[in-house]
Amino acid sequence: MTAQVTLTHALEVEDLRVNTLAGSPVLKGVSYSIAPGEVLALVGESGSGKTTAGLAALGHFRRGLAPAGGTVTANPRDGQSVEVLGLAERRRRALRGHTLSYVPQDPALSLNPALRIGLQIAEVLEAHGYGASDDERSARVAEVLGEVGLPADEDYQRRYPHQLSGGQQQRVGIAMAFACRPSVVVLDEPTTGLDVTTQTLVLRTVSELTTEHGVAALYITHDLAVVAAIADRVAVMRGGEIVESGTVEEVLRRPSHSYTRELVDAVPDLDGGGELPTPDADAATLRVTDLSVSFGEHRVLSDVSLTVHSGECLLLLGESGSGKTTLSRCVAGLNDDHSGSVELDGTALAASTRRRSADQLRAVQYVFQSPYSSLNPRRTIAQSVEVPLEMLTDLDRAQRRERVGQTLDKVRLSRELAQRLPDQLSGGERQRAAIARALVTTPKVLLCDEVTSALDVSVQATIIDLLCELRAELGTAMVFVTHNIALARHVADRIAVLRGGEIVETGPVDDVLSDPRHEYTRQLLANTPRM
Amino acid sequence: MSTPTVPSTRSRKSTVFRRALALPQAKIGLTLTAVVVLLAVLGPWLGPWLTGYDTTGFAGKPFHSDGVAGTDGLGRDVFTRFLAGGATLLLYAVLATAIGIVLGTALGMLAGYTGGRLDSIIMRGNDVLLSFPQLVFALLAIAMLGPQGWLLVLVIGITHAPRVARVARQATVAVKDSDYIKAAQLYAMPRRRILLREVLPNITGPLMVELGLRLTYSIGYVASLSFLGLGIQPPAADWGLMINENRIALVLEPWGVLLPVLAIAVLTVGTNLVTDSLASAAAGREKEAAA
Repeated sequence: MTAQVTLTHALEVEDLRVNTLAGSPVLKGVSYSIAPGEVLALVGESGSGKTTAGLAALGHFRRGLAPAGGTVTANPRDGQSVEVLGLAERRRRALRGHTLSYVPQDPALSLNPALRIGLQIAEVLEAHGYGASDDERSARVAEVLGEVGLPADEDYQRRYPHQLSGGQQQRVGIAMAFACRPSVVVLDEPTTGLDVTTQTLVLRTVSELTTEHGVAALYITHDLAVVAAIADRVAVMRGGEIVESGTVEEVLRRPSHSYTRELVDAVPDLDGGGELPTPDADAATLRVTDLSVSFGEHRVLSDVSLTVHSGECLLLLGESGSGKTTLSRCVAGLNDDHSGSVELDGTALAASTRRRSADQLRAVQYVFQSPYSSLNPRRTIAQSVEVPLEMLTDLDRAQRRERVGQTLDKVRLSRELAQRLPDQLSGGERQRAAIARALVTTPKVLLCDEVTSALDVSVQATIIDLLCELRAELGTAMVFVTHNIALARHVADRIAVLRGGEIVETGPVDDVLSDPRHEYTRQLLANTPRM
Repeated sequence: MSTPTVPSTRSRKSTVFRRALALPQAKIGLTLTAVVVLLAVLGPWLGPWLTGYDTTGFAGKPFHSDGVAGTDGLGRDVFTRFLAGGATLLLYAVLATAIGIVLGTALGMLAGYTGGRLDSIIMRGNDVLLSFPQLVFALLAIAMLGPQGWLLVLVIGITHAPRVARVARQATVAVKDSDYIKAAQLYAMPRRRILLREVLPNITGPLMVELGLRLTYSIGYVASLSFLGLGIQPPAADWGLMINENRIALVLEPWGVLLPVLAIAVLTVGTNLVTDSLASAAAGREKEAAA
């Protein structure tokens, strides 16, 4: 695809500058262009300006931002080229969804929940005057649903968004974007919320559509592995500037800018992984036996059994809905409606935290998925870290303060940061604070529930490193819950694969990754994008 | 290092306040409220000192005299009575609001956090109370037990509670599934402490708005009940009462009605504006948190 030299680019953005209304620059002269049929990936971490640069292609600026110079030129396949920024809002609106279209990040939020999906797609066509008659339009709706790999029949079109899975919703979103046969499509992290298997399907769909119909695609993402899977060219953004661009091959294999190198190195890789501490194999610290949970009729976990040895890290792998969070909450005592038993060092733990002893509560700690919601916004970091000590120990105030200080040092948070409120900290800093809160009671078992999924790649890598170091230093057993199999060799000794509430495979990481027994594990490995 | 608890919480709250204060309607509202409150608080002393008359005594002047606002039908100096007439009203309104907010917040948080049957019992009981118009309920209670200050405060406070409870419950439900609440459960934190330390600080935004709204209503109700003769009793000077006493002479001697009406209007408009700006500042913060 890249070999084709096309005379006109479908989209040309030149020296684009965007400022906040207060005047501080968000984009400092960004230029990129995309040829028909080409996928350009715009990569960067949160705050790098990638979404602003992407939305500018549609002539859209988020509230509080305004263009301060530069041009955005669209060259539709069959029509005159237009400078998007110079147009009146009404003309721009006519372009959007027709010549320039957009696939948002979360389809569940962007689809109208009260409208059947067939109608929603037809609405786009109608709004842009596509086709001469209703018949022609409904034919196009069926056609485009087929193109994105969804059933096109009447029954399917009559479904509401909530009756579709996340992957199907996202493909409906893509269908809407492609309905009017646009020249340029901007995709804003469209696979972020999806499982790897679904992600692979969606990526394939996007790839096919762009090639087949000669659509120029701008793919905004922070996931370099996805970039490797879908894009022809990459532009790496940082601080409102493009620091490096080129073909995927060039940028990902031979990055020239130091920031790109950092990013590339931070991506967890199935093959990679450093030295891991060797666990103490004889003592089983945590033993889960025949754990079952049902929510009403729906069985979430059925007869799950696990052991975690002292100092060992178990990777609990599962896609959304597999029951992995429910399992870890049962162990932590946050979900007491289950059968089966959880034992710690040979003693059975009560199902609910209220009936566990302070010793037991100190011994099992939990790090939540999102550091944005796990810290009380009205408490300083130091206060939040102190709470478990207040509740679970007899230490006096000075002793507690000292322990908090020591723990914060361990996770490398400065005392000055610890006096701030969570919203004055970055995501990585918050997650380190949450880890400190879990470690302050020196637990025997640390449950980490998707602790990296809300963070940027490079931050993700530092958190993983930190957890590994702490584990080696403290000898804490760890259950690392994740959907990302690529992390396995970086953190874990053993792996347990959870699917539909059952453990389908378990074993040492190397064995499972190199010789997966279960079909599902094999599928997961095959679908995980690699750099 | 100093104790971090107090200053940090305060600084956080002040950001909502500060953002609210930056709005023009807040400045106007605050000025209006401050003027009337000052008038009401200082008035009882200021009046006799300025005019030389006391609030109940016969001013010794004919009706329609040369005083600032003349005298009323009983020959009492209207301006003195006006200055003295806001203190009790304001006190009652503030107390009633406080009762309503405390009671309503406690019930609403308990219902929202606990859920299940307790939630149903509290909230259905709430619905029953809500079905009575507030003023009718107050009239009923006072007609039965007689017009007494404490009853007035209590009845208005109690009738505020279910309305506050609804808001508190909704706000509690919105935060109770947050991971930081789960984290507190992880340390087996007692429910009372979770409610006071984890939930309450995070729902102050909507509660503050409710506080302003209830204060506005309280002022209106206390004044209305006094006007109807079921609140503050003669011969005390009170704005609501003054309106009733002087309305017969509205055409001849308008000040006796106009001054208290103006004061109540300015006060309620003022508190309302402040409430509005608090509401938009709090909503802005929530929008930020969601983004």
